[in-house]
Amino acid sequence: MNPSQHTPVRLPWLPLWQLVLARLREFCREPAAIFWVYVFPILTMLTLGIAFRNKPVEQITVLVQEGPQAQALLAALTNDAEGRFRAKIVDDETARRQLRIGKSDLVISAPSSEEPAYHYYFDPTKPGGVLARNAADDVLQRAAGRKDLVVTHVHEVSEPGGRYIDFLVPGLLGVGIMGGGLWGVGFAIVDMRIRKLLKRFLATPMRRSHFLAAVMISRLLFTIPEIVFLLVCARWFFGVVNHGSYLAVGLVILMGTIEFAGIGLLVASRAKTLETVSGLMNLVMLPMWMASGIFFSYERFPEEVQSVIRYLPLTPLIDALRAIMLEGATLASLWLPLLIITIYGMASFVLALRWFRWN
Amino acid sequence: MPLAIRCSQLTKTYPGKPPVEAVRGVDLAVDEGECFGVLGPNGAGKTTTIEILEGLLAPTSGDVEVLGLRWEEKPQEIRQQIGVSLQETQLSEKLSVLETLTLFRSFYRQGIDPRDAMARVALQEKAKAWVKTLSGGQKQRLAVATALVGDPRLLFLDEPTTGLDPQSRRDLWEIIGDCRRQGRTVLLTTHYMEEAERLCDRVAIVDRGKVIALGSPAELIAGLGGEHVVEFSLEATNNGREESVAAWDDLPGVTGIRREQDRHQLSVTLPHVVIPALLDRLQQKGQRLASLTTRHASLDDVFVKVAGRTIQEAEKQEA
Repeated sequence: MNPSQHTPVRLPWLPLWQLVLARLREFCREPAAIFWVYVFPILTMLTLGIAFRNKPVEQITVLVQEGPQAQALLAALTNDAEGRFRAKIVDDETARRQLRIGKSDLVISAPSSEEPAYHYYFDPTKPGGVLARNAADDVLQRAAGRKDLVVTHVHEVSEPGGRYIDFLVPGLLGVGIMGGGLWGVGFAIVDMRIRKLLKRFLATPMRRSHFLAAVMISRLLFTIPEIVFLLVCARWFFGVVNHGSYLAVGLVILMGTIEFAGIGLLVASRAKTLETVSGLMNLVMLPMWMASGIFFSYERFPEEVQSVIRYLPLTPLIDALRAIMLEGATLASLWLPLLIITIYGMASFVLALRWFRWN
Repeated sequence: MPLAIRCSQLTKTYPGKPPVEAVRGVDLAVDEGECFGVLGPNGAGKTTTIEILEGLLAPTSGDVEVLGLRWEEKPQEIRQQIGVSLQETQLSEKLSVLETLTLFRSFYRQGIDPRDAMARVALQEKAKAWVKTLSGGQKQRLAVATALVGDPRLLFLDEPTTGLDPQSRRDLWEIIGDCRRQGRTVLLTTHYMEEAERLCDRVAIVDRGKVIALGSPAELIAGLGGEHVVEFSLEATNNGREESVAAWDDLPGVTGIRREQDRHQLSVTLPHVVIPALLDRLQQKGQRLASLTTRHASLDDVFVKVAGRTIQEAEKQEA
């Protein structure tokens, strides 16, 4: 031991850099983490993108009840100029069952000598039912000789930007940021607490702020390839494009990452077991998984519920990403969601630092 | 000589129902440069005491000075000058030995090169190996290396050899001995009395949160009145069972007596005087030996004398 022996500080020995490096190394050496962070979102995107791809023409399934006029009715439907119907003749029993289990959109009974009217059977709460009734009615009325009174022209529009996959990709970005922040920060910290590594660090002159900053910085560094990878795959497989500025997308992602790293820190600030922290994280994430508009628009919820959903941490992030990517919105127009994100980020950090348990 | 550690009237009570008084008034004064052992059974309050001294726990009451500084005033100054190996820290499994030491080195203003730290605990060949591939003994050596990498004046080692095989334990003893020879102060806890005898200049024996004996191992053993123990048992005979410990009290050179089940233990200074006298006495009484051994007295015997129970009994009772 020689107290006068001073070692000059070199870059490899900067504590913040070393702490970040350690986190990066641990992450890259964990195959399961790589799967969840990179492969899982891509698989989700591929699966949902394929399931909800835009079909060429929506087919309407119609069942015609057996009867003397059934053949004529079937012919009228199958001769539709736009070829929208998939129709066949079945007995009453089958027709009723198929309609009930949703295999058929509409059941029609043809007129007969004792009953001169057409009867439509459908479920009005299902969009397909109403649609089928209107389309079938139209065709039958025209076949019976109805003349249209005004001239109409139809222009079909289906561009990238309005498809389900375009809606989905910003949602997946948001969910990746949320999961990464909570699992990446929260789980890692509780794990270190259980292994008494936090306590061991506390016995060194390591600055606590360096440790927390390193957790944040490494989280941001993991997010970059994750986001880029997802965007490139979305472009590659589905032609998803960004209608706004990439700088704006990047900034929103940065803010969202900090927000959820802060929430992860907060969730992990006192938990002493992995079970506790997993439970807490699921509790935090589940409402957002379901309601924040990842897979479908939260506008399907009643208005009162929506006003709560809008203030969940994930909703403003996804809303902002969608507005930029789908509509080319500017950051200035998104001040409200960005403000909510900032408040969540700052509040969770302040609380986490106050409650944080090192031992 | 300046003191490396001084604490007085240290207490720690953990809240609960009922509250647990882990430390109940401990006074310690550790000289700079000495190897000081805190020993006692599991649950005696050793870890609580050492963690208070390391600044990881706040005492309920009492006064602590480490290297002349107080935790409330200069925590970072103290941390710069101490090295700590906790009981059961699991270092990151997916970092290599050298990466781990480089990380810890970065926390200190000054220190030794991580490669030197590796060499001091003989882990050079494992530089690139991940921590999870190390054996228990290697992990413990790495833990000690993380404490050494800041070139500390004072080294805290909490149960450094618990759970290790005999060879790994001897390896660590070598490392701890080296630290002491380099002039570092070492404070270690252990529940192996043999380890304390081998390594420590002075020991404090603690039981139930209090120091019950303090001194060099030699002094404490000498305090038993005899440095040897003659241990024997008798063949069961009709009248053999009635023999009380008092029966051997008056043998020449016997300074203490203890009976553990059927074994009689005599503390003696000169075994070659006591043993013939003992054999004569047995012949007179018509009794026969089942076993007879002699050994050097150890700190285990000291513990039995001051605590009134063996370490194993103490650990069973605390559990």
